Amino acid sequence: MTTFEMRKEYFADERPEDLKEIGRPTIRQDILGHVTGRSRFYDDHLFDGLLHMRCVRSPHHHARVRAIDASAAEAMPGVRRIVRSGDVPKNLNTLLSLLGFGRDDEPLITPETVGYRGEPVLAVIAETEAAARAAVRAVRVDWDVLPHVLDVEAALAPDAPIVNSEYPNNSFDYHDRYDHQKLRFGDVDRAFQGAERIVEGRYRMSPIEQAPMETCGAIAVPESNDRFTCHTSTQALFFSLATTAKLLDLPSAKLHFIGGTVGGGFGGKVDSVVEPMSVLGAQLTGRPVKFMWDREEEMQVGAPRGAEMWDIRDGLDRDGRIIARRFTGYFDAGAYTRLSSYAVVKAVGHLPGPYTIPNVAANVYCVFTNRTPATAMRGFGITGVDFAIECQMDRAAEAAGLDPVAFRILNAYRDGDMKAHRRLAKNTALIECCQVAAEKAGWPLDGTALSQSSLSGGGGARASVPETATDGEGRIGERRRRALPAEPLAGSGPRGRLPEGTIRGSDVAAAPPQRMDMGPGSGPDLESFVVPPLPAAPSPATGPVPHQPPIAPSTAASSPAAPATPTAPATPATPAAGDSMLAARLRRSRFLAGTRRR
Amino acid sequence: MTKTAVTFRLNGAETAIFVDGGQNLLDVLRRGVGDLSPKYGCGQGGCGGCSVLVDGTLRLACITLAESVDGASVETAAGLADGPRLHPLQKAFMEGFAAQCGYCTPGMLMAARALLDANPDPAREEVVEAISGNLCRCTGYEPIIDAILAAAADLRGGAAR
Amino acid sequence: MITVETFDTLAAASSAMAGAGSGNRAGAGGSCYMGGGTLVMRAVNYGDGDFSRILRSRDPALLRIEPDGGGVFIGAGATMAAIAGHRETAFLAEAATAVGGPAIRNMATLGGNLFAPPPYGDLSTALLALDARVRTADGQETPMESFFARRRMTGPLVAGVTVPRPEPGVLRFRKVTRVRPKGVSVMAIAVRLPFRSGRLAGVRIAFGAMGPTPVRAKSAESALEGGGLEDARIARAAETLAHDLAPADDALASAWYRQAVAPVHLARLLRSAREG
Ligand SMILES: Cc1cc2nc3c(=O)[nH]c(=O)nc-3n(C[C@H](O)[C@H](O)[C@H](O)COP(=O)(O)OP(=O)(O)OC[C@H]3O[C@@H](n4cnc5c(N)ncnc54)[C@H](O)[C@@H]3O)c2cc1C
Ligand code: FES
Ligand code: FES
Repeated sequence: MTTFEMRKEYFADERPEDLKEIGRPTIRQDILGHVTGRSRFYDDHLFDGLLHMRCVRSPHHHARVRAIDASAAEAMPGVRRIVRSGDVPKNLNTLLSLLGFGRDDEPLITPETVGYRGEPVLAVIAETEAAARAAVRAVRVDWDVLPHVLDVEAALAPDAPIVNSEYPNNSFDYHDRYDHQKLRFGDVDRAFQGAERIVEGRYRMSPIEQAPMETCGAIAVPESNDRFTCHTSTQALFFSLATTAKLLDLPSAKLHFIGGTVGGGFGGKVDSVVEPMSVLGAQLTGRPVKFMWDREEEMQVGAPRGAEMWDIRDGLDRDGRIIARRFTGYFDAGAYTRLSSYAVVKAVGHLPGPYTIPNVAANVYCVFTNRTPATAMRGFGITGVDFAIECQMDRAAEAAGLDPVAFRILNAYRDGDMKAHRRLAKNTALIECCQVAAEKAGWPLDGTALSQSSLSGGGGARASVPETATDGEGRIGERRRRALPAEPLAGSGPRGRLPEGTIRGSDVAAAPPQRMDMGPGSGPDLESFVVPPLPAAPSPATGPVPHQPPIAPSTAASSPAAPATPTAPATPATPAAGDSMLAARLRRSRFLAGTRRR
Repeated sequence: MTKTAVTFRLNGAETAIFVDGGQNLLDVLRRGVGDLSPKYGCGQGGCGGCSVLVDGTLRLACITLAESVDGASVETAAGLADGPRLHPLQKAFMEGFAAQCGYCTPGMLMAARALLDANPDPAREEVVEAISGNLCRCTGYEPIIDAILAAAADLRGGAAR
Repeated sequence: MITVETFDTLAAASSAMAGAGSGNRAGAGGSCYMGGGTLVMRAVNYGDGDFSRILRSRDPALLRIEPDGGGVFIGAGATMAAIAGHRETAFLAEAATAVGGPAIRNMATLGGNLFAPPPYGDLSTALLALDARVRTADGQETPMESFFARRRMTGPLVAGVTVPRPEPGVLRFRKVTRVRPKGVSVMAIAVRLPFRSGRLAGVRIAFGAMGPTPVRAKSAESALEGGGLEDARIARAAETLAHDLAPADDALASAWYRQAVAPVHLARLLRSAREG
């Protein structure tokens, strides 16, 4: 059974006909190992004298280490080595430094100030896992607890606690100049003035843990030729190798990484934390060392898809065409950059979604907060904003009194259109996808929507949007300086970049600071997270409960009553049906989005 | 460190090993005996990666006290095939794309095996229930359910339900 | 380092525990009694149980499920699978099957369920609605309600429970989860709705995961007592729940959410009972 169909009329040059493997079902090469239990994952290698490494972690979101007393742990039976921050040869890194993007901002083992709950400040190596756990519990850390910030808006407030000393404005620095990544296309301000209708929405996505079934881990083994073999769960073998070489100040020729059989990754096994830890352990003890996260660590310190928040403002003309769209986006990077800076770049390249909108502007921030650092996950950088865009499309369709699918077809990009990042659109086929999806769902479309095609009507005026000059809005450091006019910025990073001159400020900082505290919760076990289990028909016992607080759209439309089940109505979508659809979808989206709390 | 001697049959072979107090069966199978087919996914009973049969009943090795299987018969995915001859479940999983990363697969197979031992002709919902303690992050479950139903039919001699 | 001691009788284990002068579960001191171990082994694996000694018992009496007067005696060592599969306890099958997946049910015991912290305790919630009595190793019997009111991890070990057998159809159970088909409770609800000549007499409504232990919603019980299951009565019963429930936040649901949806789920359960 395949649901995949390649329509050659839209994708003529996408794929030759004579491919032997691609596009055809094939038995996986590794499947025999999988079904016999003989596939070798990183932990499926046995070593005599294997030692176990575990971390002492911060119980606080933000704190300074005054002192660590590991003497009791050191004296415990089975403990082989205490590993301190000073044992890491080059204890500062940022993952994308391998691509020359961003500044080193994260230690492997933190010497002084931790920025998230679970950040490691010490490690113990012992003969057994139980002995390592016992020793970790015997370490005494004297903490100086600092004020923390867990919300992106609050983190951007001028007086917010500084999360990451390398980025004292709590935002990543783009192009050495801006505190956000910009997109400017057409002239949104003017277009808004001429708009018939303005539709605004705010969308929030919680972090989502990749939750691979195999937790992150690595085993490093000292070889007789002064090299180290590292068996790892990594998704990015050479990335992990180079990161290890950098942190441990080793020539990469000294490292032999073995991986590739990965027990699920989904983006969560790129961050290369476990590999340098295990190799460091092997270096310090001369024995094979395993550094493996347990499930609690995987959930608590494993980098998730980060939280996002998007404000979208649309201007519509009388016909329901979107003539202007403005985004203010916030990626919650957590305490360190990892891959979030790049997620923002990808997201901005994706705006305004698959629609032809002649005037688009976006300011998107990569924000540091005292949450677990975020990283890649499937659809990296795109999934969250797509969710926001499509919710906004429903909201805008409702405000315009249009069928949501027809509204998408009306605004869909067509071949030959100019996209906001100034590439011509080709192979768009969104219109046809909408038509096919509507047909399969039994969703009635009117004749106009049915007669549209992505192959015609594009280009021309839709391709000739003049270049927009980039403005200087949102210079690095501006926000903070406004709040503290007289004083130089305390705690600015080692390279403290505070460009001179005040340029027009962004309005983001005007929002009142909010603090969001983590609710008390049970430990992060698998049970406490909604890891999607088996699909099953919703039983009446567990169906949606009509007591969700409604999400009030900020359009003129009042928030409609929620129906019991989100299904496509059999009748044409009258405005009323549209209302219920929207409400159902919004309600559902809360469940879709809220799969994780930290 | 006090050690306790434990003897059990592992996939039919007599096995004896010393275990530590409080050591779990998963650790003993993997590191002690060298049967690496059951997997660690949580150590909390929450993922099913370590599913094994103890005296024919499905259990989670990670939360089974190792010494409690003294005298018992333990079966793991490593013992499913009869030499080079794959078990129908293994064949169905191969042919039905029921594994991607393969990490959940040994546990899934054992949960499915426990089901088919007790119920050779399960309904789809019974399959769903039988693997409800086993998480898979890759496949979306449907191919696994289909494969188990296919294996059941195969075991019954090809009679489709 | 952990040592494990296995006793032939529960009484011997109980006095070994008492002799140690410490608790019978994770977190309560030096010794911990282990039933099926689904929660105890988790604590051992994560090194966060404050005990260094595990006590077990292989007393065959712990596995008994048998008629006892007008009810059934269920040994503390009976597993969820055994309870779900036994003819004598068929009325508990739904609640026992609500616990975990099949492997968990093969391991999880009744005794452990009585001590499991929220959001666990699904079977115990049903037992509370049935006015079961807890029998301890010293032979004492305590009504379920007072057992929960004073649940201590230190007292004598539990030998089992005696459960009055409900008339067919009188016990209703519902587990609310966010994950299907298996998931732990946002809440569990067990109601006993016995009709005497057209009126409810002896209503019991118990909630699990809505407080530190399973609890009875007594105001809702009195709202129903003596009447029928008319919509207005159901609504009145549902309204009172806030008085008796004190849920906590956990990663699955906030206390606010649990409070907010409890009336909805209770009303649904009662309406479905009315409809048969
Ligand atoms: C993955 C997973 C899913 C779960 N899902 C559910 C669920 O859906 N619903 C649910 O209710 N529970 C669930 N649980 C929790 C647990 O498995 C059950 O509550 C089970 O009944 C506990 O029993 P046990 O024998 O395993 O307890 P153990 O772990 O052996 O013991 C638990 C506690 O009870 C004490 N204890 C045990 N027996 C006695 C006794 N005879 N006398 C005195 N004290 C005793 C122990 O000392 C310990 O403190 C789940 C657990 C896991 C790991
Ligand atoms: S490792 Fe045993 S259930 Fe997850
Ligand atoms: S195949 Fe990867 S978890 Fe199931």
